[in-house]
Order: sequence, then structure tokens, then C-alpha cells
Amino acid sequence: MAEITLKGLAHSYEKTPKGAADYAIRQMDHVWHQGGAYALLGPSGCGKSTLLNIISGLLEPSEGDVLFDGQRVNELPPEERNIAQVFQFPVIYDTMTVFDNLAFPLRNMNTPEYRVKPKVLEVADILELTSLLDRKAKNLTADEKQKVSMGRGLVRDDVTAILFDEPLTVIDPQLKWKLRRKLKEIHERFNITMIYVTHDQLEASTFADKIAVMYEGQVVQFGTPRELFERPAHTFVGYFIGSPGMNFMAVEYRDDQVMFGTQPLPVSEQMKHAVANASSANAIANDISYNNIKLGIRPEFIAIASNPTADSVPIQVTSVQDLGTYSLLTFKLNEQTFKARLPEGHPPVGEAAFAHFDAAHVALYIDEYLVEAGHE
Amino acid sequence: MNNKIPNNRAWLLVLPMLVLVAFSAIIPLMTVVNYSVQDVLGPNARFFTGTEWFQSMLNDDALQAAFLRQISFSLIILAIQIPLGIGIALIMPKRGWQASAVLILITLPLLIPWNVVGSIWQIFTRGDIGLMGWGLRELGIEYNITRNAGDAWVTIILMDVWHWTPLVAMLCYSGLRSIPEAYYQAARIDRASKWAVFRYIQLPKLTNVLVIAVLLRFMHSFMIYAEPFVLTGGGPGSATTFLSQSLTTMAVGQQDLGPSAAFSLIYFLVILLVSWVFYTTIMNMQKDKPPHGGA
Repeated sequence: MAEITLKGLAHSYEKTPKGAADYAIRQMDHVWHQGGAYALLGPSGCGKSTLLNIISGLLEPSEGDVLFDGQRVNELPPEERNIAQVFQFPVIYDTMTVFDNLAFPLRNMNTPEYRVKPKVLEVADILELTSLLDRKAKNLTADEKQKVSMGRGLVRDDVTAILFDEPLTVIDPQLKWKLRRKLKEIHERFNITMIYVTHDQLEASTFADKIAVMYEGQVVQFGTPRELFERPAHTFVGYFIGSPGMNFMAVEYRDDQVMFGTQPLPVSEQMKHAVANASSANAIANDISYNNIKLGIRPEFIAIASNPTADSVPIQVTSVQDLGTYSLLTFKLNEQTFKARLPEGHPPVGEAAFAHFDAAHVALYIDEYLVEAGHE
Repeated sequence: MNNKIPNNRAWLLVLPMLVLVAFSAIIPLMTVVNYSVQDVLGPNARFFTGTEWFQSMLNDDALQAAFLRQISFSLIILAIQIPLGIGIALIMPKRGWQASAVLILITLPLLIPWNVVGSIWQIFTRGDIGLMGWGLRELGIEYNITRNAGDAWVTIILMDVWHWTPLVAMLCYSGLRSIPEAYYQAARIDRASKWAVFRYIQLPKLTNVLVIAVLLRFMHSFMIYAEPFVLTGGGPGSATTFLSQSLTTMAVGQQDLGPSAAFSLIYFLVILLVSWVFYTTIMNMQKDKPPHGGA
């Protein structure tokens, strides 16, 4: 049983960090509950692996605490935490057979041989490695090797959490899917907390119940895949999740209207109030030029028509890409490029068309963070 | 095999390489083969002798003794230099200016020419002006490489260890540096002891550089000439006369071209054979064992 809590955690690789830029992990609080399947999603260099290494104990955080079930473990080395970690490139012990590889963690703990064997056989069975047990690990394929490194985490009875650091990077696409399913299976079978680091949103959402999206050393949103899609809490989440990502417009409140450049936008009354409030707050802060009010809308919620309707804005279509089950339409509005997703069989549109933003799905972001505008 | 286009003109591409190898290796070697089966008395007086020279060389007592000395010498220095080299590589600093400083210090002996190494040690071990010879004498330890065969052996081995262990250490160091950090991290998570990390991660990852190190050190030490020649001149008696010195005496000193050619070929084949057997054995160790019993 392990609930992993990160309290006021921050980490810098510099000895004396000067500014926020020197931090790989910025001040954060987070709780991973026992038995959950989590993904840690973010672009390269956002601090995912650093965070993982702090949890496993390979790195000691410069600030804050790591708690396992409320116990501070900052100073505990990885060998004293009940944690297993699977790395990006499969780590196997070349000269040993698959059996010896799997038995290695147990033998290191001086487990008697009569208990090693059944455990290794059990794990080999789950991972479908039984037929390879006598082979030298060196001669296996990449996915088999990665299964062996996973297996070394599973043989230990004391493991309460397994951390995966982009474990499928070197695996062929067809096998990726199989291995991911295997992971899910293992998760359901053992009551183990799993944290899966990846930069692939599809991988994250198929594996995890809850995803933590990291950006510039911080978890900007923690939620189910659905929440991340429907209510991105940060512009980065909107942009990173979904393909293509969310469209953003920097707007201001002028002449009783929400203006995107020279284009007045038709929005709900609540949204108009929210933008108005934010604008006046901006004005009070005497920082009117600071464009921190943004409206976001997913490409899925933009409707395109050839004729104007109420609440639509004129746009200039630049391209339409047929992607099989849907088409991707690129258009320009106020010199900015937007993407819209058209369902299959949508009537063709000319160069000049009209876009309608589904008011219920327009989200307001102030300083990059989501602000509830209060519409239903 | 099935969809390859047969085009024998492609062999022409190998031709320049063949010419080069012919001039650098095959032709000189063939002249040696030529001498080894003849008795050359003068420009116009030569007799075919067949395997006679080879037989007499193999049965020569002095050469057999030199061969045994040579084998012992190579085995001893391998047994010392390989573990010592690995040990040094393991404790060398990994990064920072200390790493560069240690690397330079360690490389220094490798930069000294063979006969200079011999001279350095010759002076070093002299009882009257050499630091080591004088020091040992002052300590009351009897030490004289020109009289005592044991002293001569110890000194030659010490000299070779000093001269060549850095090579092994550098090869191992580069091998160790190429091990990804994840291996050490995984080992920590698997709760491996320091010894287990060495035995199951570092040593296996060093296999390839160690094969090179052993082969280089074996070949080098098996052909050693200048250093013992300068240091002891092969003495006392013939206690430190190794194969190349015997060969030189025969070929250059006595101008026995036929016997020395035969001897050279045997010498060459021994090195080739040992290297090949060693390499093949190591490479076979990495393969999977065939399943027990019949299929």
C-alpha cells in the first residue's frame, strides 16, 4: 500500500538556482492514490522524468517532501523504497538468462531459491516469457527485453508502485498496443500504483485513469482524459491534448463587445461579462497592453457554413485536408490561423465562408489558466 | 542469394585493396616462406630443404626454453595488467578537471618509446645511482638484476606493468563511460550490491574492450624485444631471453636465414592461433547454449 504525496516539491539541477528558469520542477503539490493508473504527460524537457526519478529516489529533490503513506522518504535511496522503475531503453543483464534476470531482485534480497522459482514462473507466465526463460537476455528483441525489465519489478512482493519512463519508445507500433494492454492487465490483477510517463496523449489516455499534464516543471492539470479534452485548465493542455489542439484568440473588451482584433465575436452574455471584468481588472492594473485574456475553442466545436447565420463570423478558408473519417479545415480569421474539424460528408465550402463557435464550448483563459465564465 | 545480381566485375573494386595488402603483407611474408624452405649459401647456391628447418627449430632446446619463458611472461603480465587496469578504470574520476588530469597522468607511460623505457628502468634499478636499486640496497634488500634471475624477472614484469597497464585502464575507462546511466539506476532499484553491479553490468559491458585489451597485450608482450634487451640484455645467462631476442640473434647476428625464417613463421602462427582461439571462445560464450538433448 502506498499513497505517494508530493508536498511543496521543487527541484533544480543548479546548486544555487537564480530564477524560475533554473528549476526543472517548480513548486508543486500532488497526490498519487494507491492502486491508480496514472499518466504523466508532457512535452520533452517539461520535467516528467525528473519528477519520476524523484519519486523513485534516484534524485533527491532540492525543496519540499516526498511522502509515502505520510512518511517522509526524501533521503531514502531507491533500494529502500518499495518501488520499481522501467526505463525508456530496456535495461537487462546481458550475461544472464531471462530466468536469472527475473530472479535477480529476489536473489539480491536473499530470497530462498524455493521461493524464487515459483514467483519467477508466475511472472513469466503473465508476461508470456515462459518459453524464453532459458535464453540469454542479450539475444532478445526490444519488446521482450522491455517485458523482462517490467518483470523484474513484478517479481518483488514488496513493490507497491511501478514507474514507467516512456517504456514503449523503442517498441514497434503493433507491439506497443499489445504491451500497453498487458500493462493494463497487470494493473488490474495486482493492486499496484502505476505512473506512466509519456509525451504521447494517445498512450496516456489508453493506459491511465487520470492524467497529469506537465508543462514547464508544473502539473497544469490533473484529470481524466475526458476532462482534459473538454475543460482544459490551461492553454497548454488545450493546445497539447487533442489533434489538432485548441484554437486560441487573444481578445479584449471594447465598445460593449468582445473584440478579436477588429472582429467582434458573438459570445454568450456571461462570457461577455467575464471578459469585461477581466479587461477592467487589466485596466486597473494599468497594464492594458498586456494581452492575457484569451478565448479557446476546440476544432470540433467550430461549425463552418457557406452562408452567414446569426452569430457567425466571416472567415477565409485556406485549405481542407481529408483525413478519412473527418476533414481538417484550415482558415484565417483576423490574420490568425484556425483549425476546424468537419464531420464526414460535410458539404464543400468555398474560399469565403462563415464560422460559428459553439458558445457552450468557448472557454475563457486569463493568464493562461481557465476561468469559469458561468455559462451552463 | 536468390535475388542478388551476379556481377563478377564487382571484384575489380577489391583490387586496389588487394594490391595494397599484397605489398604490405603477402609479398614480404612469402619471401620469408621462400627462405624457410631453402638453404641459401650464396647468390647462386641454394638448396631446397623442405621442412628440415622447421623440424630443427621445433626441436631446439634453447628455443623451447625461450618459448616457455615467453608464454609465462605473457600470462603473468595479462594476469596482472587486466585486473589492475579494470581496477584503475573503476576508481578513475568520472567527470570534471580531475578526470582530464588523471587521464593525462595515466597516459604518460604510453608515450615513452620502448627502448627509452628500458633505459629508464636500467638506470632506475642500478645499485649505485638508481633510485630503486639504491633504495633497496639501503634497506638491506639484496637486489641485482644482472646477477639474480628472479630480480631480473620481477623488474621486467614491473616495467611492463608500468608501461602498459595504462592502455588497459584507458580502454576499460572508455568502456565504462559508455554504460548508460539507466543500468546503474535499474540496478539500484533491483537492490544489486556493488559486486553484483560489477559482475552483471560493468564486466559484461566491458567484454568487448577487454577482448581488445587482452589481444593487444598478448600480442605486444609475446613480441616484446627492446625493453628486456636494453634492461638485461636477456640475462643473467638466458633467464630473460625471449623469443624475439633469440630470433634477432639468429637472423641478424648469425645470418642463419633459413632457420630464422622457419622460426619467424612458427612464431607468427603461434600468435595467430592463440589470438584466434581466444577470440572465438569469448564470442561463443555470448551465444545461447544449444538446448539439451536431441530436438
